[in-house]
Amino acid sequence: MGRYVLRRLLQLVPVFLGTTFLIYVLVWAIPGDPFAGKCGDRPCPDAYIAEMRDKFNLDDNIFSQYLQYLGNLLTGDFGETFSGLQVGELIADAYPTTIRLALLALLIEAVIGLAAGIYTGLRGGGFLDNLVLVSTLFLIAVPVFVTGFLVQTFLGLRWGIISPTVSSAAPWSQLVAPAFVLASLSMAYVARLTRTSIAENRRADYVRTAVAKGLSPRRVLGVHLLRNSAIPVVTFLGTDLGALMGGAIVTEGIFNIRGVGGLVFGAIVTKEGVTVTGVVVLLVIVYLLMNLLVDVLYAVLDPRIRLD
Amino acid sequence: MTDPQAVATANAATPLVDAGAPGAPTTLDKPRSLASDAWHDLRRRPLFIVSAVLITALLVIAAFPQLFTSVDPSVGDLSKARDAPSPDAIFGYDALGRDVFARAIYGARVSIVVGVLATALTILIGGSLGLVAGFYGGRADSVLSRFADIFFGLPFVLGAIVILSTFRDVVGGDPVGITSIVIVSMAALGWPVTMRIMRSAAIAARNQDYVRAARGLGASPMRLIVRHMLPNCAAPVLVYATIALGAYIGAEATLSYLGIGLRDPVVSWGVMISEAQTSLRVAPTLLVFPGAFLVVTVLAFVMLGDAVRDAFDPKGR
Repeated sequence: MGRYVLRRLLQLVPVFLGTTFLIYVLVWAIPGDPFAGKCGDRPCPDAYIAEMRDKFNLDDNIFSQYLQYLGNLLTGDFGETFSGLQVGELIADAYPTTIRLALLALLIEAVIGLAAGIYTGLRGGGFLDNLVLVSTLFLIAVPVFVTGFLVQTFLGLRWGIISPTVSSAAPWSQLVAPAFVLASLSMAYVARLTRTSIAENRRADYVRTAVAKGLSPRRVLGVHLLRNSAIPVVTFLGTDLGALMGGAIVTEGIFNIRGVGGLVFGAIVTKEGVTVTGVVVLLVIVYLLMNLLVDVLYAVLDPRIRLD
Repeated sequence: MTDPQAVATANAATPLVDAGAPGAPTTLDKPRSLASDAWHDLRRRPLFIVSAVLITALLVIAAFPQLFTSVDPSVGDLSKARDAPSPDAIFGYDALGRDVFARAIYGARVSIVVGVLATALTILIGGSLGLVAGFYGGRADSVLSRFADIFFGLPFVLGAIVILSTFRDVVGGDPVGITSIVIVSMAALGWPVTMRIMRSAAIAARNQDYVRAARGLGASPMRLIVRHMLPNCAAPVLVYATIALGAYIGAEATLSYLGIGLRDPVVSWGVMISEAQTSLRVAPTLLVFPGAFLVVTVLAFVMLGDAVRDAFDPKGR
């Protein structure tokens, strides 16, 4: 196990380097002047431009720029924006909110999606099964920003059940509605994935054996069926945490949540390249580590899968 | 957006149905291939019929918008701004006094073209790389898979925003340029999923007897891939493509909504929704109509994908 994890961690290194380099090139090798509009209505003074070009090593070639950035990153230094703010502090301010939002969304999609999937998987056909199928189809078809607008307009503005925007402190109670919106799409996938998986495994030989041995239905379901059906669902949930954080841009925009999504979107619009690369680097790390965690979980769920 | 993973995990490689099996208990005298078997099965599914009718209607709208409205979608009359629906303009007018119905009809073309081209590009890149990686295995496979991981690691929306804002100034205000950059950036982030599906199908097919037989007869790798592997690996990718098409149409709308996808001279449902958000409180119809078109379209493609997947998967019968 230890060797496997180590080998996987080593395999992550080239992927990490590739992704971050890709983003770095996209952000910094932009054709166009990074200082356009930075100094109000007049062009920036030459002295300012010279100082900034020197500070951000803009005159070096892109590889040496990237290596210097990476070197700073390894010492925990995310660099600073053009106006001198520490990017590390900006991220530290915004990140906890996004993590809480994503975790809440993950919890919601896991609980509701699994419950709906298990129920319909065990009792195929019938009214409830069709209801779940139709509603998941619908959730998949409606884009997140439309769901967000509808929830905000009706629950927030018309009926006053929730607060239409989230305050900067972002207490858990205000995050529930945005988390539902963020989770809606994945919830549908989890439900369908669980349903297919359970329906497929329900007829497997080992389930018949377990029933024939006289085990209680509760044990057959909980230990034999669920554990074996869990693998595709766990894969999805694991990789989804990264996607939820990246996808939070839309939800955070609608509900005015001060998270990473708003930070990175604002940074892209104002061409604050350091902030963009910093946030993307963090998101990529989360995504890669979650993938690793999922693979390790496989072996726990299904002892037939040997990692070494 | 997030569905690539879901579809990929939910969708197993389809085993080959042997066309030459004697005495197959079918109603026809001639044994059927997997494709015609699936087609036979599909025609009887209500889900397939509903979605096929919807998609046909949308394709007709996209091809001949003039048939449905005689109003120019880009002509605005500010005195009619945000007028409610009336017999003149059944969906009302938007904030610049343009006919919402005409725009929704003309928007179908761009939305569908973006979806179709992005899907085609995804299949082309991902499919061919996946086939090569699965066929050769070994070092080529590792290199290609790691290369795919690099793009797979980027969150879809975030990656698309970065790419689009980088190249935004390059394309300028040309409608074709704006549309193609959106298509290319969505395909650039979407191809790894297709590659993974194709790769696992190719690995399963590589050691099948028919491939060995062809190899033994001296077929070149090119011929093996194109004539023998491709027809047998295409099914899972095509199933994925149907659902991905719907997802890409939704993704285009999301990007346009954020203000970095398609923009003004181009008319698409996403652009309309994006413009509607400023006057959402006073004129919710501006969001409702393009939103309804969008939802119905995505729904039609997702339903079609569901039906096709069930038909191609003998296990589900």
